[in-house]
Amino acid sequence: MAEFSLPANSKISSAGKRYPAPAGAKNVRAFKIYRWNPDDGANPRYDTYEIDLDETGPMVLDALIKIKSQVDSTLTFRRSCREGICGSCSMNIDGTNTLACTKAIADMDGEVRILPLPHMEVIKDLVPDFKHFYAQYASIKPWLQTVTPNPSGEERIQSVEDRGKLDGLYECILCACCSTACPSYWWNSDKFLGPAILLQAYRWLADSRDEMTGERLDALEDPFRLYRCHTIMNCSNVCPKGLNPAKAIAEIKIMMLERAG
Amino acid sequence: MGAGTDLGRVRGLGAAKDGVHHWWLQRVTAVANIVLMLWFIYSLVALPSLDYSSVTAWLRQPVAAVPMLLLIVSVFWHFRLGVQVFIEDYVHGRLRILAMLALNFYALAGGAAAVFAVLKIALGAA
Repeated sequence: MAEFSLPANSKISSAGKRYPAPAGAKNVRAFKIYRWNPDDGANPRYDTYEIDLDETGPMVLDALIKIKSQVDSTLTFRRSCREGICGSCSMNIDGTNTLACTKAIADMDGEVRILPLPHMEVIKDLVPDFKHFYAQYASIKPWLQTVTPNPSGEERIQSVEDRGKLDGLYECILCACCSTACPSYWWNSDKFLGPAILLQAYRWLADSRDEMTGERLDALEDPFRLYRCHTIMNCSNVCPKGLNPAKAIAEIKIMMLERAG
Repeated sequence: MGAGTDLGRVRGLGAAKDGVHHWWLQRVTAVANIVLMLWFIYSLVALPSLDYSSVTAWLRQPVAAVPMLLLIVSVFWHFRLGVQVFIEDYVHGRLRILAMLALNFYALAGGAAAVFAVLKIALGAA
């Protein structure tokens, strides 16, 4: 059955610490951050860090890096490119899944609450376990597949128009903001592929150079893998790259229907 | 069964090669429900009164009984397909098979009772 309450060891305790702003700070903002350490046996807690925004960069990731380097080095999170192209710093900020590096602190009011992506197993603090998500990605065979032998010494030609069909698909950075915002993915992620992976699946279905469309559709035609999508559209609402996974899923459903007749 | 690796768990039992038919019929019955339900509401509003004799007199006509039967089939079919989605979402494991059994029996019995009621009025002695 779907679970509607957290297991006892996942309930957030009230034992969180508060780190006050340095004396003399004028532009103070509090960041309430989910903390969980697999090694101390304690339940998760919120620690609150008061940060002087006059001494901090504009994005949430800037505040996190400042906390880690100047206030509390035990705070654990993923980050790499700091410009919205690597997808590492996806987390739930102020109630919405997004990238910490492209989320401006000024766009939010009051205390900023930060949690790991919802309904993922937590490795530590803001770091969720992506093993299953990546295995789902591997399962759709995200590479060009053809029956025609590879052209010798030549490129595979694609018209400008056909290349255009991949716009809005190829930009996905696999940050998982969409999938972990999807209630269907929360309840059935063991089998439902989720919006991110289905958008990637459509990226290959839509590619004029790929010749395994039928086999790809075969692998998706399943009540759980594809049809758990109930067009809730959280995916398209949260995508930090402005993509539309719900539309990609709808396109897959139309392809299925065209094939079935 | 390949449950020893992450990819093995994802590949699981494989794709059911099914789902498009269910998805499409849910849309077909949804559109049919809109059309037939509008007809049904319009017909009731247009009746001179809603007492037993005027409703049964109306339902005795083929132009009322046939769409009424279609409405019953469409609504109960749509109900069965929709609740199946609900069960698949929230009920996991073998309990799902029992829930589907109960749903199928309920939808079929309910639909049959409603169809019988219409036929009894439409085909019965006046």
